[in-house]
Amino acid sequence: MTYSYFPGCTLKTKAKDLDHYARISAEALGFTLEELPDWQCCGGVYPMAKNEIATKLSSIRALAKAKELGQPLVTLCSACHNVIKQVNHDMQTDDNIVLKANNYLKLAEPYQGETEVLHYLEVLRDKVGFDELKKKVVNPLKGKKIAAYYGCLLLRPGKTMQMDNPENPKILEDFIRAIGATPVLYPMRNECCGGYLTLDEKSVAESRSNKVMASAKDHGAEMVITACPLCLYNLQKNSGVSDLPVVYFTELLAEALGLK
Amino acid sequence: MADLKELVLTTSGVNPLKCMRCGKCSGTCPSYDAMEYHPHQFVYMVEKGDIEKLMASKSIYTCLSCFACVERCPRDVEPAKLVEAVRLAVIRQQGQNHLKSEQIPEMLDDDLPQQAIVSAFRKYSK
Amino acid sequence: MRRIGVFVCHCGTNIAATVDVKTVAETLGKEPAVVYATDYPYMCSEAGQNIIKDAIKEYQLEGVVVCSCSPRMHEATFRKTVAAAGLNPYMLEVANIREQCSWIHKDIPEATAKAIVLGRAAIAKVLLNTPLIAGESPVTKRALVIGGGIAGIQTALDIAEAGYPVDIVEKEPTIGGKMTQIDKTFPTLDCSSCILTPKMVECAQNDKITIYSYSEVEAVTGFVGNFSVKIRRKARFVDEDKCTGCGACTEKCPVKNIPDAYNLGLSNRHAAYIPFAQAIPNVAVLDSTRCIKLTKGKCGLCSTVCSAGAIDYEQKETFVEEKYGAIVAATGYNPINIDGYDEFAYSQSKDVVTSLEFERILKADGPTEGHLQRLSDGKQPKTLVFVQCVGSRESGSQHGCGKEYCSKICCMYTAKHAMLCREKYPDTDVYVFYIDVRTPGKNYDEFYRRAVEQYGVHYIKGMVGKVAPQSDGTLDVQASDLISNEQLHIKADMVVLAAAIEADKSARPLATMLTASMDTNDFFTEAHAKLRPVESPTAGVFLSGVCQGPKDIPETVAQAGAAASKVIGLLAKDKLSCNPCVSHSDPMKCNGCSSCANVCPYGAITYEEKDFSRRQDGSMIRRVAVVNEAVCQGCGACTVACPSGAMDLKGFATGQIMAEVDAICK
Repeated sequence: MTYSYFPGCTLKTKAKDLDHYARISAEALGFTLEELPDWQCCGGVYPMAKNEIATKLSSIRALAKAKELGQPLVTLCSACHNVIKQVNHDMQTDDNIVLKANNYLKLAEPYQGETEVLHYLEVLRDKVGFDELKKKVVNPLKGKKIAAYYGCLLLRPGKTMQMDNPENPKILEDFIRAIGATPVLYPMRNECCGGYLTLDEKSVAESRSNKVMASAKDHGAEMVITACPLCLYNLQKNSGVSDLPVVYFTELLAEALGLK
Repeated sequence: MADLKELVLTTSGVNPLKCMRCGKCSGTCPSYDAMEYHPHQFVYMVEKGDIEKLMASKSIYTCLSCFACVERCPRDVEPAKLVEAVRLAVIRQQGQNHLKSEQIPEMLDDDLPQQAIVSAFRKYSK
Repeated sequence: MRRIGVFVCHCGTNIAATVDVKTVAETLGKEPAVVYATDYPYMCSEAGQNIIKDAIKEYQLEGVVVCSCSPRMHEATFRKTVAAAGLNPYMLEVANIREQCSWIHKDIPEATAKAIVLGRAAIAKVLLNTPLIAGESPVTKRALVIGGGIAGIQTALDIAEAGYPVDIVEKEPTIGGKMTQIDKTFPTLDCSSCILTPKMVECAQNDKITIYSYSEVEAVTGFVGNFSVKIRRKARFVDEDKCTGCGACTEKCPVKNIPDAYNLGLSNRHAAYIPFAQAIPNVAVLDSTRCIKLTKGKCGLCSTVCSAGAIDYEQKETFVEEKYGAIVAATGYNPINIDGYDEFAYSQSKDVVTSLEFERILKADGPTEGHLQRLSDGKQPKTLVFVQCVGSRESGSQHGCGKEYCSKICCMYTAKHAMLCREKYPDTDVYVFYIDVRTPGKNYDEFYRRAVEQYGVHYIKGMVGKVAPQSDGTLDVQASDLISNEQLHIKADMVVLAAAIEADKSARPLATMLTASMDTNDFFTEAHAKLRPVESPTAGVFLSGVCQGPKDIPETVAQAGAAASKVIGLLAKDKLSCNPCVSHSDPMKCNGCSSCANVCPYGAITYEEKDFSRRQDGSMIRRVAVVNEAVCQGCGACTVACPSGAMDLKGFATGQIMAEVDAICK
């Protein structure tokens, strides 16, 4: 199976690991990520306003291209996923945005939210299957206690994202089990890391990410995994907790599959 | 001012009259302590038309857009969308960018992901 | 042409403020058949009715049109009025110029024009009305109460008190309902069991009352005064007559890991069980899905220890068919399932419980034998947080099970819980998060104030945003305090969630069987929200307790008594006059196709072989429909289904309806 793939700005630069391990793992698991030609940055945060059109266009271009290729669109970075999925929802439900975006883009065929948007984790869960994944693991991470960090963007708003229960998710925990490790449940796993406030109000990012890391550590985690470069940054740089490693989930996936 | 209120309502698509003043949004907000006006106050002040105070407050920049208030509101009010609409009412004005490109170099460090800069620009500047 | 009189009501300003009633009367007075037309402020008043009576005599009226409120309100009044003046009561038509006109329009000329059109339609119809005579049907002097909680129990006791036999059908193995699970009752804090169990015993001992426990209503046919009901008695595999309730079987039963519904799954029970000590009937039940003998054919231990020989593994479900004059729905409620409220960590922590679970913890026969203990480690909680409105007053869809209504009872029971904690355990800190404290009712607000002022319960206006279980076993409660404009973090040992209540799931299928209407929340609809609150719009069906809407015990008992008095009023009659507006079939047009019988919800249509033989054509026998007028409720479904136009409804004949339509479209 071949999927259209939207890597996003950070995966080409600071988060190359997130991207690299995802691609090689995909091949090992029997699917291919085909990078969209000429993709543009999603903008990092979903433009919530009803009268924002221009800021949604890059997402719509990616979605329309995937539609043209007849492939589901796979994302990996939590932020890209959140933006593209929410914009796609707008294109399914908000007539005004649909009209104005299509007037602007002048596509061969108007785009109306037809593309299926999948996060890489959803591909693992729903297309590959965690049971299948488990069978392909050659290097199980036995005994490793891993805390899944969802942050906010993967799950919320739940009605639009439709990935998992936004208050008590399990997709990452199931992933952790599939690669042979033990998930650690802790209450801060779906609370915000402080996000972009690291630039404008660093103290917020510091206190938020500290709460997340302290909670994970407190519940016995030996490692934290995430799908978001900004989460990784905040948890590593701003939390003040240095003895708890934070890694991309794809890196562990590649390790378990014996690719690292 | 009535036209500012109208602008915020149109931009956000939110109906603040749906609010029953339970305060769950503020009970859930991770940025609460960094805000002068809290999510429930945004809803109430927009309803009253008290937009200028909100526009002048730094609270509009400390919302994390984490959607916790949107997710947990028992009446689907979506307070985050009001914060966004008030912020847009400010930064869409000429010369009102909260973040300027010349500030960026001093903020950079070796690990800062591009995503942070992109997101901040989208939230703080036009 | 018939001589028609038209009477236009002002309804004070209800109609007259929006409809120019004088113009309506004048205009309708010029209609060909109308010999008299007038208007009056309150046509339903005695003076108003006298105007109608006098006009009937003075102008020799043969038909009357009253332009007023909905016929649901005053059709019966005006039928009596015209009958008193010597007309057949069915020679009256009511044009609804209030609900369907003045109340929904603002523009006077527009509303006036519409009122005139509605009046013309009524005139067109009354010209085709035929005098109708109501028949009579007998009343079966026996009542059925569906549901054996406090609502059903009180209704049954009151009906029996009046001397009529009454049957209670309860789906659980015992009567008693939710009240059996509750510890203390507000606002007096008396023990729930102490006031309920005497009533349960009274039901069992009253020779007018028959309890069908572990039974469900399977089918209902018939109509007011003459219902036939099929009751399914589920197999309990214990002979009710032989079992002495000694409990030997329940002790010896080797299957003991079944979640105990009486304790809401907070403890386990055996496969052979008696729900609780005061169960009525005090008879054991074998859980057929878990009993080893019933599932695998082995074991049989209960049978060996039963000295009464009551265990019967071969028992089959049985059916009872009984006739009733009246049926009372008392199906009650349940707390909603709050598994989805994960922001409160309900499914993640044993120390986050619902209020009903908290009742079980406080009650002596509960999982902790009445000791305030955490379910995780058995320790006594020092800090408790109560969260109100969990799933009530919720219009968002994220949880999928929230209710838009206020559950009404939570403010009071939460005050009760908070007070009981502080009274029994003065070293506890108790917080209540509320959106509004709603305590109308006699001695209710005083009760809540006592919790605050005497018992020192901390009431905080705000809502909990998140409950985060910590590694040390405490719960971090993050909430807003709206008055001090702060976000709080309370380190709690236990969190109690006031879950919304909803109608029992059995109510909806029951409503279908009873052809009783329900609202979108699956509460039974009353015949009139203010004036007929304990009657269903379906004649002979009455409502008791929470099945009609959220209410507490005092209100439930009051309503249960009211429903009983309505039932008694019905059963006291020997005969009921039937609605004469029933269907009839024209045998000359009927081709016996069964379309009408297939749609009839009341089973009122049968078929007979009718002889149409004529001398010149020879023998001809055809199958034709016959309507049982005593069973027909006049819904009109058959008249629409009939392909040949044979079926018609008296009082609402197709010709009459078409005349109304013609008058409107003219």
